[in-house]
Amino acid sequence: MIPGSDYLATGLFGLIIATTVAGALLAVLSTRIIRSVCGLALCCIGLAGLYYFLNSPFLALMEILIYVGAVCVTIVFGVMLTETDEPAPQEKQSREFLWGGVALLVSGAIFWGVARLGLQGPWPAAVSPATDGSVPAIGGALLTTYSLPFELISLVLLVAILGALAIARAGRGRE
Amino acid sequence: MTVRLYDQPGVYLILAAFLLAAGIYGLIRRRTLIGMLISGELIFSAAALNFMALNRFMAPDPTVGQIFVLFIMGLAAAEVAITLSIIIAVYRNYRSIHSKELSELKG
Repeated sequence: MIPGSDYLATGLFGLIIATTVAGALLAVLSTRIIRSVCGLALCCIGLAGLYYFLNSPFLALMEILIYVGAVCVTIVFGVMLTETDEPAPQEKQSREFLWGGVALLVSGAIFWGVARLGLQGPWPAAVSPATDGSVPAIGGALLTTYSLPFELISLVLLVAILGALAIARAGRGRE
Repeated sequence: MTVRLYDQPGVYLILAAFLLAAGIYGLIRRRTLIGMLISGELIFSAAALNFMALNRFMAPDPTVGQIFVLFIMGLAAAEVAITLSIIIAVYRNYRSIHSKELSELKG
């Protein structure tokens, strides 16, 4: 154990938390949609770091591969094809403030309640893990215990691809 | 011995609650369909982070939560594909994806 490695890990952890929070705020608050997508990508990179701290480097890689590599790029395609931004508010200023206050109140109440539940909840005591949760253990579980959901999720992805093609193609050529 | 912040489940749970709250705020405030889709992704991420935190600190078998989060990612990818195709179809018909202008029903 290198002396001071605890401080290094804690500093890295703080940096990752700051990345996640900044990404989420950017994704929700910015008016340009493309910046919002960049915020989502930043948030997902931070989440990958959190998964790494949670003893799961496999999921960290999957998070970057799927979210940053696939989901964000697909959303960028959607932004390119629809070329839109958040519109300027057309309502009166007072109504705008009212709805902003309502949204802030609702989300703040949910944050307070869920955080309080998470901190105070009667969680079971930590047990010694049965497996080490490594990639071979995940692969073994996917092919034995969870083989039916594994097959079903591939079916869901296939149906989603076909459905997306069918929906996006319908109406083309009528213009 | 200092308290290791990254070994406390509370930090992860509070962060997941923050992501959930940010996603719900975005769902209420956003006026375009793509913005609402991004907020929905934040809510998915909050659920996944919660699963991973409880999986790491309290579950007897640490593979179960990882597999569940993998399934969440697969479902999120399918959801994004479907939603974007719907958004493109809506844009082709209305020339707009602002949620306020999509107020026409046809039956």
